[in-house]
Formats: sequence, structure tokens, C-alpha cells
Amino acid sequence: MELFAARNVTKNFANHQALDKVTISVPEKSIYGLLGPNGAGKTTLIRIVNQILAPDTGEILLNGRKLRSDDIQLIGYMPEERGLYKKMKVGEQALYFGRLKGLDKKEAMKRLKYWFEKFEITAWWDKKVEELSKGMQQKIQFIITILHEPELLIFDEPFSGFDPINTNLLKNEITSLRERGATIIFSTHNMGSVEELCDHITLINNARVIISGPVAGIRDQFKLDIYRISFQGDPEKLHDILNDDYEVLDMKSSSSEHTARIKLHRKSTDNALISLLLPHFHITSFTEEIPGMNDIFIDLVNKERQTVN
Amino acid sequence: MQNKSLLIIAREYLSRVRKKTFIIMTLLGPILFAAIVIGPAWFATMEDREERIIAVIDSSKLFIDKIPETEYLKFEYLENTSVEHLREDFDEAPYYAVLYIAHIVASTPSAVQLMSDRQPSLNIRMHIANALEKELERQKLAAWEIENIDDILSSIKTSVNIRTIIWQDDGGEKESHSELAMIVGYLGGFLIYFFIFLFGAQVMRGVIEEKSSRVIEIIVSSVKPFQLMLGKIVGIGLVGLTQFLLWVILSATLIIMGQQIFFSDLGTPSSETIVAEDIFSSSTLQPSEPIENDSHDKFMEVFASISAINFGVMLGTFLFYFLGGYLLYASLFAAIGSAVDSETDTQQFMLPITIPLILSIIVMMNAIMNPEGAVAFWFSMIPLTSPVIMMARIPFGIPVWEVMLSAGLLIAAFIFTTWLAGRIYRTGILMYGKKVNYREIWKWLRYNS
Repeated sequence: MELFAARNVTKNFANHQALDKVTISVPEKSIYGLLGPNGAGKTTLIRIVNQILAPDTGEILLNGRKLRSDDIQLIGYMPEERGLYKKMKVGEQALYFGRLKGLDKKEAMKRLKYWFEKFEITAWWDKKVEELSKGMQQKIQFIITILHEPELLIFDEPFSGFDPINTNLLKNEITSLRERGATIIFSTHNMGSVEELCDHITLINNARVIISGPVAGIRDQFKLDIYRISFQGDPEKLHDILNDDYEVLDMKSSSSEHTARIKLHRKSTDNALISLLLPHFHITSFTEEIPGMNDIFIDLVNKERQTVN
Repeated sequence: MQNKSLLIIAREYLSRVRKKTFIIMTLLGPILFAAIVIGPAWFATMEDREERIIAVIDSSKLFIDKIPETEYLKFEYLENTSVEHLREDFDEAPYYAVLYIAHIVASTPSAVQLMSDRQPSLNIRMHIANALEKELERQKLAAWEIENIDDILSSIKTSVNIRTIIWQDDGGEKESHSELAMIVGYLGGFLIYFFIFLFGAQVMRGVIEEKSSRVIEIIVSSVKPFQLMLGKIVGIGLVGLTQFLLWVILSATLIIMGQQIFFSDLGTPSSETIVAEDIFSSSTLQPSEPIENDSHDKFMEVFASISAINFGVMLGTFLFYFLGGYLLYASLFAAIGSAVDSETDTQQFMLPITIPLILSIIVMMNAIMNPEGAVAFWFSMIPLTSPVIMMARIPFGIPVWEVMLSAGLLIAAFIFTTWLAGRIYRTGILMYGKKVNYREIWKWLRYNS
């Protein structure tokens, strides 16, 4: 089931086009990565979803119907540039934002109490935001974002500024939010977190969608048929055994074993390769080299740049 | 939606009212105001209470025992001594100053010298000059040897006091006191100018704070930018009203208390006269021997004219023009705040706002001198200047239709500027790191969100 969709969304500013017929579809209860270099149009798209901006053409759907103004209660948004009133007390501020999102005072207090206890930050309640460290402020920001229990959560670079412990805490929270039924959109260029958390991604560059789909599928699509084989035996024999369908890209040797990267050409398969090698070597490992999202990202953006030039 | 606007207003209001600076301003304002009002009056009475003796060397012998003494000013007429001699041990002598009158005084008025080791007060100098003039005039007249000259002199003594009467449309009459109207008008106009600047700038600073701390993005994902802008303007406007009302109450309390403390020992009506005159006609520098009755009459007259000013109407119009002027300018201040990244970038955009405000103050000087003039009329119609100018004119009694027209124009104008500012604001608050100029803002105005 699709929770959220953008259909052919175009947005022009005075001097440039920020979005050009962008279409994305976010499945319910998924963690969806919105990727792209700086200035690609991610923030504009997010602002359109938050109804801060209106699209020139195209439509935004939530739960299969057009986005309405009171849908902001269903959306939680954590902007990349975190922002809190510096001179305002933490608790008061969290309460204010919760109520702005439509919670009544009593309910907001109850939930805040729960989260403050969970994150062990009850002692901060009466502190001013400016007295807190950046990581502490991030925690407050996170609580504010999710307090009204939105169906759709949008995190813009959620892990920037977090130390490893807090990053882990946040990842766990995000995963458990999904388990409780929330759908999450990540906007990021931190590919590590994308591979770890996201089910689906869309890559935007120069206002257009370049690629979109499940993470596993995209990685499959970009695999280069390169295998990494570690073996024991005489490495010279390798060239005799392998015909033109196989290309040894490089080889590293240590005292105990050799590791070769072999690219498969034409119709050769990994099974055929193994059966060729098995009679001659003692194979200790055999893995396919699957490109990381990082490589795919850089690869695609560079290709785009070349075609533009 | 309604609820959220109230939330925003409450936050804007409470976060400012609870600030230390607000509390300090609220307490300091009336103390300063009371000091301005009471201070000079108090000092004036303080000075008079010190007894001063002036040595008089009168070589003309015309003025012996002729200079009237007051409670605190005594004259000692010395003979067989010289100015040089007095000067030698002036430090030990009990004299405040030495008055030397040369014998040619009748023909050369500048032949009188007042000498001291300090600057003698203006009051004393004028007192002496007055007394000498009168005595010389009397003696010159006496030289004509007219019979009963003293009786004639006392019978021709006259005091002219012009009362200003304004004919009302309903056939009635109203007595006015134009000095008082000028002062009330000036104060009203100036207060409005001051409040617009003070609280308009607060709106601008608030917008910049939200923009630079990026909190804006969270808020506008919950409420409409226009809602936030209006909430901020209304919230800060209420802060202004609160401050004003607290100032009025505290100032009144302080002035009354001050009167009780500083002037209670005098206990006569004349003590209050000093205060009343000081506040409303600043005539303390006239040292002409106050005749008890005259001063009492004058006091009653000032008192009557104060009560003739309709403070209900004054307060009502003040509140209207304060709010109207504030709303007109505050939205422009908000638009400026939204267009810049930090307060230092506001200069170029502040100019179009500060010019009409400063112009208001300049024109106001003209308007309180000539409240019916064409300049005063037109500037009290133009919405950018009308809050200050109309406020300055109101105490003089302005035709109702003029006030209505000016008020209507002001309302129309602030609706327009709020709309205009809203369009700049909603684009500006999300623009970062861009040097914005007027052309850019013009683009935002025409741009559909």
C-alpha cells in the first residue's frame, strides 16, 4: 500500500527549476531514502510535502487522496538545519511545538514525560536550549518531531551532529517507529545509513528523478559481475585455467592465501567459475562484489554531469 | 487554526513579558519619567530654601533698603567698604554675592555688577534686575513731581491674562489652554513615535531570530507563515500595550508619591502650584513676586484646563493611533526581518521606514504650533505619518470628520501593508545566504507561492 506519492511535481523559482516532473511513491511502513547532492531539489520537495511551498504543477497524495491543509498533523518533519528557540526553556518549548501540531496540553505533557524519561533527559526540562550541547538539542528536536505520532515522518540528514551512541539510539527509535506503523522518509547523502535502514530509495539530481526503487533491486541493477575469490595454491595456474570469458582484474597475495578479483564476461556464471576453479585450488572464500550505494550515487551523478556537459 | 494563532500570540507575549529587560524597562521608565517631572520642581524648591545674603555696595545711594527680600534671599547694605576689600576675605564672609551699584546708574543701566566666586543663579539676577528697574522707574517718575504718584502707580498696576475660548458646534463654549494642549499633543505624538520604533524593531528582531535559528522551518510546517507573522505582531503589540499601561499606572503612583514626599512639608496650595506649573507651563523661571492670590488663581486655572481636556477621548485616540501605527509599521518591520539573514543587513531596508517616522517628528513641531494648518492637516491624513501628527493635533480639538477620515485611511493602509508584508515574508523567511535587494523583493511580491 502506498502511503505517500508525488506525481509529476514541478516547481520553478524565479531563476531556476527546483523540481522537474518528479514522481515518487512511498510504500506504507517503509523507510524511504531521498538521495541527491546538495541543491538537487530534495529540500524543495520536502517543503512541498510540508505545505510550506505549493507545487506549480503536479499533485501530492497522502493515503491515496490529495494532500489537505490539516494533513500537517499527520506529518512530522525534522529539518536539516535544526532549529529551536535558544532562549526558551526546553520543556516549555517542546510543549509549544506539540500543541502547534494540534495536541492538547494534557496529552502533550503526558507524551513528553514519557519521552523525556525514555531518553533520560528529565533534568533538562527547565534548562534553556542554549545551555545544552548540540547533541542534546538534537534529542529534543527528535522528540518534537515525533511527539504528535505522525503517520509520515520526514528526517532531513537525521544523523548529522550525533555521536555514535546517540546515532544508534536514534536508529533504534526510527526502526521501532516503523514497527509501530509510521512511514519514514530520509533525506540524506550519508549512504551508509541508507544501506542500513532504507527499503526504497529515490535519487534526485538536477531537479529530476534519476533512479527509484527498492535498495536491493537497484544494487542488483548496478552490479558489475565482479567476484572476489580467496584461495590457496599456485596463482600462476589461474591464467591457464580461465578462458577469455573471465578477466582477472587484480591479485593480492599474503603468506597463506591469494585473493583475486575476477570479472565475468558474456554468458559465464558464478557457478561455472567455481566449477572451473575447484579442481585446482583450495577456495577459502567466494563473494560477489556488489557496489555500495555510495558508488552508485557517485557514478550516476557523474554520468548525469557528463551528459549535461 | 484559531487555537494555533492564540498559541503563537501567547508565546510571543509571555516570552517577552517574562524577560528581565521588560521588567527593568517597566520599572525604570516611570522612574525616569517621574524624575523628569518632579526633578526640576524639586530642585527649584531646594535651591530657594537655602538662605542667601547679598552684600550691596550702593554708591548711588538710591536703592538703600529698596530691594525686596524674600524668605531665602536677604540683602545687606554696606557702607565704608569697597569691592576690593570684600573680595579679599570673600571666602570667610557670609555673602553669596556682592552687588555693586555705581553712582551713574540712572544714566547708565550697565553700571550694576553682581560679583561672586560662583555663577549666581538666574533667579537671583532677575530678581535684582527687576527690583532695580522698578525702583529706578519709580524714582524717575517721582522726579516729575506728580501728585499722589504712589497711588497712581498702584492703581495702574495691571495683569493681563488671555483666556482662549473655543466655540463649539452645539453653541456651547469650551475654555482651552493652548500651552497645555501643545504639551499633551507633543507627549502623545512622541510616545507613539517611540512605541512604533521600539516594538516595531522587536518584531523585526523576532523574525530574524526565528530565521537565523532555523526554528522557522519547524513552525511553518505546523502553521501558515502569515499566521505566524500576524501572531508575532499581535503578541508584541500586546506587550507594548502592557508596558504602556504599566507605565501610566506606575508613573501616576510615583508622581503622587513624590509630591507627598517632597512637597508635603510646604503644605500650601503654592507648593502644588510649583509642580503644576512645572509640568504644564514651565514658568518657574519667572521670579516676579508671586502674589498669593494670583498664583492660586493660576493654579486653579491650570487645574481647570487639565480637567477640560477629555482624557477619555485622549486615551481612546492614543490607543487607536498607537495600535494603527504599530500595525502599519510592524508588518513592514516583519518583512524586513524576513528578507535578511542578520540584523546588520537591515540598514538599507530600514531607511524607507525611518524616514516617514522621523519626518513625523519634524512635522509634529509644526503641527503643535499650527494645528489647523495645511501641513498639519495633510500629514495627519497620510497613514505613514498620521499616527504621530494626528495624536499631536487631537488635544487642540479636531473636527470629528477629520479624525474619522484619518482613522479610516490608517486602517486601510495597515491592511494593505500587512498583505504586502505577508507576501514578502513567506518567501523571505526561507531564503538563506542570499544578498537580497529591492529588485529581489519586487520579484517575491509578484511571485505565487
